[in-house]
Amino acid sequence: MSPTQPNPPEKTPPPQEPVAREANLRPGQRLYAVGAEFSSVQDVYHAAEKCRDKGFLRWDVHSPFPIHGLNEAMGVGKSWVSALSLGGAATGLTTAVLLQTIPSVFVYPMVVQGKPYFSLEAFVPIMFELTILLTAFGTVGGMLLFNLLPRLNHPVFNWEYFNQKCNDDGFFIVIEASDPRFEEGATSAFLEEIGGRHVTFIPMEAET
Amino acid sequence: MATNPTGTYLDRAQSAKIAEADDRYTEEQVERARLKLLREPLVYSNRSYRWITEKVCGIVENRTPMWWFIALAVSAVIASLTPVMILYLIGTGVGVWGNNAPVFWAWDITNFVFWIGIGHAGTLISAILFLTRQKWRTSINRAAEAMTLFAVVCAGIYPAMHVGRVWMVWYLAPLPNANAIWPNFRSPLLWDVFAVSTYFTVSVLFWYVGLIPDLATLRDRARNKLRKFAYGLLALGWRGGNRQWNHYEMAYLILAGISTPLVLSVHSVVSFDFATSVIPGWHTTIFPPYFVAGAIFGGFAMVLTLMIPARAIYGLHDLFTDRHIDVMCKIILLTGTVVGYAYLMELFIAWWGANPGERAAFWYRAVGPSNWYYWVMMSCNVIVPQLFWWRHLRRHAVWVWFIVMGPNVGMWFERYVIIGTTLERDFLPGSWGYFNPSTVDVVMFIGTIGLFMTLFLLFVRFLPMIAIAEVKGVLPEADPHFHGTVEGEEPGTYPITEDPAGGDYNR
Repeated sequence: MSPTQPNPPEKTPPPQEPVAREANLRPGQRLYAVGAEFSSVQDVYHAAEKCRDKGFLRWDVHSPFPIHGLNEAMGVGKSWVSALSLGGAATGLTTAVLLQTIPSVFVYPMVVQGKPYFSLEAFVPIMFELTILLTAFGTVGGMLLFNLLPRLNHPVFNWEYFNQKCNDDGFFIVIEASDPRFEEGATSAFLEEIGGRHVTFIPMEAET
Repeated sequence: MATNPTGTYLDRAQSAKIAEADDRYTEEQVERARLKLLREPLVYSNRSYRWITEKVCGIVENRTPMWWFIALAVSAVIASLTPVMILYLIGTGVGVWGNNAPVFWAWDITNFVFWIGIGHAGTLISAILFLTRQKWRTSINRAAEAMTLFAVVCAGIYPAMHVGRVWMVWYLAPLPNANAIWPNFRSPLLWDVFAVSTYFTVSVLFWYVGLIPDLATLRDRARNKLRKFAYGLLALGWRGGNRQWNHYEMAYLILAGISTPLVLSVHSVVSFDFATSVIPGWHTTIFPPYFVAGAIFGGFAMVLTLMIPARAIYGLHDLFTDRHIDVMCKIILLTGTVVGYAYLMELFIAWWGANPGERAAFWYRAVGPSNWYYWVMMSCNVIVPQLFWWRHLRRHAVWVWFIVMGPNVGMWFERYVIIGTTLERDFLPGSWGYFNPSTVDVVMFIGTIGLFMTLFLLFVRFLPMIAIAEVKGVLPEADPHFHGTVEGEEPGTYPITEDPAGGDYNR
């Protein structure tokens, strides 16, 4: 019945070298962050709790799909995309009321089917549709705005192993060098201590 | 048999325990008893995250199979009939259709309502099933949403063409113009313009937002420059950080929340085109819910029509499982029965309402000159889906594929019955008429089927047809508190998902 090919093998990870405690950067190259891979959702979830308790501020958990409850584990608050959605909804509703009232009452008044010029009931469908339409614009626009997208390049993409696995089956924690509690040696040691593998220093500028 | 299949969970757990302790049961029987305790998984065969990535991306990345070129060539040729017919229509006039007095609306509006209705399943799966936390939706929502968009594209052609002077169609938009004429906002036809264009736009946004993480997966796997560039651009630089997912999930939730009333409103507004008139047979309050139920019914049938062959060709049985087909058949059974109820209720109200015009309209639908449309509709929409009461038929894809042809055909006939046969029999016998489709009518409809297939084939080839990120998210090991459910299994591994007896789950 079902195709029987087995699950594909794991991607070969880069050879596990003893973790460097200092970033090995070329002159002029700045450090962006230190990152580590975790083997499963459960591991990365508990590691995130530890990072949160350690008091890091500028860090993120990268995963191929949203992990339920990770916001609490990371201490990330509610997303306020909803505020922009509400703004879109209000704009849409207002637009629809004006768009229908101004022509029907002032610019081009015409008696149709004996209805009054301002026929609220008949205006409801378009009020509804435009409210939905501008809510959708506000929501998608808000999501892109809050995520600072589109942004086609980003320092985290300078980590090749991350690129291979992040949108496939890898779970990563990346702590930025600009975090007030960041120290090259201590932070990389911390990531290894909470179960991270392939702890890597990510440069700000691409290698080439 | 070691288990009590009709008992409660506890009964079954008890019998599994007894079976394990009792020497009289073979290992196979014990295993079977144990399986009864498990919920049927959403993804079969214990598939890993990577398998899902490889499988779905493979469809897009592997060499284009020969059948695809052949199918595309055939459907593209059929699709090209549509622009040819449109050019002929614009060049000659709408008289090339069979429309006449009194049947001013015929195949044009029938096809419009038919295609719009098809689209509703996609939005229902992506929005309503999301809000109701139906996790099985993840395997089918991408393809169903794509189908929605393509169906709306096909639908949009007809109202634009039926206005006659197509170059004046911009009058539908409330734009200042030299004649100082404004549209009539009290007309349901204008509501329809807003409803359908909003529906299309919001569906595109919803679909695209869902695609972003999967486009990032394709970008990361891209080998050549062109793919890297195209998918890179479309993925917008998605990084999969939880701070991004946080906003993304909120946006997705809100889009689902607004799409739910939207999908219910679109076909309601379409039904207002009829219900707000005074034509007997159209002037009924049952229309909005009846249209929506019919749309979902026909839409699910079309999703199955497309997805069952796709599953067979690409071997997606572990993702789009027998259980998915089973559940979708149940939805078809439910909505088909609602539709059947609406048909009978219409007849009842026509009689009970004691309005001679209304009574005559329904009488002529059932026994008038176009009665065969009515009986095709009744048998395809009400009788054929009742076959889905049999689990055996729901669980066998080939049967399902043939049975859903009933709703596919029946829903087109339903729209024709509502539009064509109603107009044929007006208040006054003096204005009665009959409709015969012209060649242009027929060819144009076949052309839109080709257009629909062409767009779907292109979608299957160039975009991930299953929502990779969402399917990964419903695997049991994607739950941060998952530690294995079966005694003796390593934490983090998933219990056996194949029935050793070779049968089905949850029998």
